[in-house]
Amino acid sequence: MEPFSRLSSHLVPIDRDNVDTDAILPKQYMAMITREGFGEFLFDSWRYRETGAPGRDNSGRTPQADFALNNPAYAGARILLARKNFGCGSSREHAVWALAQYGIRALIAPSFADIFYGNCMKNGILPVRLPAHAVDRMFETIAVTGRLELTVDLPSQQVIEASGAAIAFDIDAMHKSSLLQGLDDIGRILAESSDALQAMRARRLAEEPWLLKK
Amino acid sequence: MPQKHTLFEKIWSRHAAVDHGASTLLYIDKHLVNEVTSPQAFDGLRGAGRALWAPESVIATADHNIPTANRKAGMHDEIAAQQLHALEKNCAEFSLSYFPLDDVRQGILHVVAPELGDTLPGTTIACGDSHTTTHGAFAALAFGVGTSDIEQVLATQSITLAKPRSMSVEITGKLPPGVYAKDVALGFLREFGTDCATGHVLEFTGEAVAAMSMEARMTLCNMATEAGARAGLITVDQVTIDYLRGRPHAPTGHDWDAAVEYWRTLRSDAGAVHDKALRFDVGALSPQVTWGTTPAMTVGIDDAVPSLDSYRDSDARKAAQRALEYMGIEAGTPMRALALDKIFIGSCTNARIEDLRVAAQVVRGKRVARSVRQALVVPGSGSVKRQAEAEGLDRIFIDAGFEWRDAGCSMCLGMNNDALAPGERCASTSNRNFEGRQGYGGRSHLVSPALAAASAVAGHFALPGEI
Repeated sequence: MEPFSRLSSHLVPIDRDNVDTDAILPKQYMAMITREGFGEFLFDSWRYRETGAPGRDNSGRTPQADFALNNPAYAGARILLARKNFGCGSSREHAVWALAQYGIRALIAPSFADIFYGNCMKNGILPVRLPAHAVDRMFETIAVTGRLELTVDLPSQQVIEASGAAIAFDIDAMHKSSLLQGLDDIGRILAESSDALQAMRARRLAEEPWLLKK
Repeated sequence: MPQKHTLFEKIWSRHAAVDHGASTLLYIDKHLVNEVTSPQAFDGLRGAGRALWAPESVIATADHNIPTANRKAGMHDEIAAQQLHALEKNCAEFSLSYFPLDDVRQGILHVVAPELGDTLPGTTIACGDSHTTTHGAFAALAFGVGTSDIEQVLATQSITLAKPRSMSVEITGKLPPGVYAKDVALGFLREFGTDCATGHVLEFTGEAVAAMSMEARMTLCNMATEAGARAGLITVDQVTIDYLRGRPHAPTGHDWDAAVEYWRTLRSDAGAVHDKALRFDVGALSPQVTWGTTPAMTVGIDDAVPSLDSYRDSDARKAAQRALEYMGIEAGTPMRALALDKIFIGSCTNARIEDLRVAAQVVRGKRVARSVRQALVVPGSGSVKRQAEAEGLDRIFIDAGFEWRDAGCSMCLGMNNDALAPGERCASTSNRNFEGRQGYGGRSHLVSPALAAASAVAGHFALPGEI
């Protein structure tokens, strides 16, 4: 996965509470068996007037004019601004693939759903939790000025505004180092923890021999 | 004095293979694999040339995107067929236990694993589906995961997790007649919100839970994910043990005795402290119906759609306004006044034999209202279907005008050809009423099986006693 260090971009605002992964990527696209091709279907039901389906031509659909992704002011944004409990509901990682393939590398919200948060980390997207009042202020700024540019700096764990003002955010050490290095988790686990996992497997079968009954 | 541990801590510490401080490598005993979230994980393994760590831990079947009618005709579309074929091919290539569509054990994984006795107390379970929380009814620590995690479990038999916090929810009082586990879950979400358990493993305790059957407990734990919980848990008691005895994959003989002795230790010690504790009294709870687009947007059946003035928080008011628009209803409308187009009895929440028995009792000798375009009963598994047919429930449903289908997720998420059309209003026993969840533009109202059945007959929301 692509390492994440420091990212400067304007924001695209999704001004709703409890945005679920069904909304981020509707279920019909979960029928696709590849890891690619999800970006053009991000927020599909909110983004287009007509329903879409995998394999159907997407180019003739009418964009919903009032949806943020279709607003030229936000085109090319790599940071998405959201409200609380973003990514709730279904565990589908396809939602995160859609965000990543659309071009989003960082998310800012007061809170994220747990499975979604983990899925972001696995795909090099940094979800930044900021206090609700700071997020409110960003939405207000965008509403007034139309555009807000920020830098998300992972090494210093700060969101830095154009004025130079910085807001600190928390991230655990493991996620931080994985993102900074762009590490493949599985490769690292097999290299570092194979023995511990083999020992655990043996212990589990000794503790509960019925686990293998078929 | 010995340390007091919560149920969660007991299972966690027994599976923590490597402690990295901020995160833990948690060993997974059982891995449930479906057709929709796994193909990219198998591709990842193949691409990296990696073998499976413990193929015997995997149970695989297709549930999300398969037809529930006329299966002999084959798959309903080409892309779904590719997905099913990918699962079959991956299971054959990696020698995994797979139940094909014509196997009686095929069905929704969260129904299949418990009924086979594969969901055992004290174990850890992973599955690429958020409703994996269901298995917590057996004191199994069960996590819904994404596709990268599926790949990690296949390759290492572990998931990497920051240790969740622990939260207890004591459900006090005795459930009034006609009020079910589904109503408890919806009432709880209404009271505490859809993110009240974020970051937590939620343990349900209390007299109402102790009085529930295993199937009701599964319904409750199933909905724990709707509160944002990583997992749900319920302690082992005689009800758990009685349910597991004699299941095809449950331990037998000496193993059974040893297992039961261990399982009985799977409870939070008296005096163990949870990070968060809530209490919810159900003594006066009424049958619940959702009116909006999250499971917390719920009222009692005797209530009306709430007014926007009842929301103090401006974001919540905005969300309610949007939900009203999407659902095509007005604040102040009595719930009973909403006419229904479709009825769905199914899903990993409410498609077990007990659910079908309750619904069949309600519709016995009655007819689905003419105004209802379609009423579906989709059993949670082939075994549930067979059991229901042995009891004659299929005849009751068919005579009443329901369609009697094969097992699968079906209209719960409408990935297959069972879906709502734009604007259609559905009484659904499933778990999510998100925008578009059951079909683009579809309007879902979550209810218990009893209420779905009565509402099918009435053509609008109604109680069994009213039809």
